[in-house]
Amino acid sequence: MKKIEAIIKPFKLEEVKDGLSQMGVKGMTVTEVKGFGRQRGHKEVYRGAEYQVDFVPKVKIEVVVDSKLVTQAIELIQQKARTGEIGDGKIFVIPVEEVIRIRTGQTGKDAI
Amino acid sequence: MNTGDTAFVLFSSALVMLMVPGLALFYGGMARNKNVLGTLMQSFIMLGVITVAWVLWGYSMAFGPDHGGIIGGLDWFGLKGVGIEPSADYGSTIPHAAFMIFQCMFAIITPALITGAFAERMKFSAFLLFAILWATLVYNPLAHWVWGIGGWIGKLGALDFAGGTVVHISSGISALAAAVIIGKRRGYGSVAFIPHNLPMTITGAALLWFGWFGFNAGSALAANGLAANAFVVTHCASATAALSWIIMEWIHRGKPTTLGAASGAVAGLVAITPASGFVGPISSLIIGAMAGIICYGGILLKSKLGYDDSLDVVGIHGLGGTWGALATGLFASTLINPSGANGLFFGNPAQLWIQFVSVAATWIFAFVMTSIILKVVDWIVGLRVTEEEEERGLDISQHNETGYSF
Repeated sequence: MKKIEAIIKPFKLEEVKDGLSQMGVKGMTVTEVKGFGRQRGHKEVYRGAEYQVDFVPKVKIEVVVDSKLVTQAIELIQQKARTGEIGDGKIFVIPVEEVIRIRTGQTGKDAI
Repeated sequence: MNTGDTAFVLFSSALVMLMVPGLALFYGGMARNKNVLGTLMQSFIMLGVITVAWVLWGYSMAFGPDHGGIIGGLDWFGLKGVGIEPSADYGSTIPHAAFMIFQCMFAIITPALITGAFAERMKFSAFLLFAILWATLVYNPLAHWVWGIGGWIGKLGALDFAGGTVVHISSGISALAAAVIIGKRRGYGSVAFIPHNLPMTITGAALLWFGWFGFNAGSALAANGLAANAFVVTHCASATAALSWIIMEWIHRGKPTTLGAASGAVAGLVAITPASGFVGPISSLIIGAMAGIICYGGILLKSKLGYDDSLDVVGIHGLGGTWGALATGLFASTLINPSGANGLFFGNPAQLWIQFVSVAATWIFAFVMTSIILKVVDWIVGLRVTEEEEERGLDISQHNETGYSF
């Protein structure tokens, strides 16, 4: 089992979510986050004064999937979240030791 | 006594009262979210503090029997003799109490205007002490000089219909003294002080614009043609100033902003205030358009000069008020108000000089007195919150609450 953490542009969330659902991913956790990468931030102007805003709003999607699905899920996120412009985001893949479903007590793959 | 006039002045008083929470929202939205309540509170609480001071001694100092053109006596302490009967000198067709409460709202909003200069860093106790001293030692004498019977600036023939000198130059220049003496916010130059809620600021600007009809038209103290003229020119000046401001930033920074439109509207309202009873609509369009340009330049100036006038009180009220007072000396016409005077453009250059004297006197008096008051308050209780309190924000450190709980 792997956890996929994808930081993407907020307006791409719907497409990515629909794509993952169609692929059979049953659940996900989404967080509004702020950050920067190589793109850095952007400029804002208030009353003629320019401010460098380093942290840009992004959305972080977390899904845990069976190891067999990882490549497919990554490809899908990459395809759906990509605009080709700077700031498209990143995907991280992290091994997951155990998953427990709280209500039923199921563990492992069954619990995803 | 005239029922129409009385109704109009009472309603105008309520409109000016609404400018105070309007100002609170205007400023509150520009603060960071950890300071939103502290900023709102500094304007809002003036409704409490200044009302009490005004009723007890303020009104009498400003409008009571004259002493040497400098100050009113305390004969009317606690509104003694200020009642239902009209005063011979102030609004002879309305109850004296109506004039008093209309003026009370002006006295309230003026110190509230200054708070933008030291937003996000002043100790609440120090602020209250400052506000009481400032109202007593700066506002009351100035109001007497300009509007009180026997006041020396009024006797000179200076025109100030609704408070260009008394309200806007005085608050704007006091703001300059305050920004310099209190010092910059922590992180000035490295932290981005970005407004936390511009929709709140726009709402506040809209309430200010609305309330300003009471401020200026109400200053006619009668429901008459002069009031209608003041209403019209107030609206015109605000309109062109909002436009000229966004055009300036469009050229200078590439994009027109909502904060710019709101700031421009307020700049136009400030500039037309002294002129509103003396100029016609076309003059007001010009006064407003120039106000947007001048005040936009004014806010750029502060980063050049290096003082932290956090919410631009100097740029908008100080410079806008100064422009308005001088513009009154340019555009005033006795065709609009026979009891006024002609300005430079209507064949009377002497009026511009008189306006200049009133501006210079207000600048010097407000700057010097405010500096002294702040030094005294600093000595008694300390002006600033501690560094740690400033870091946590005024909401928690001064009031034990937060504006947003999510």
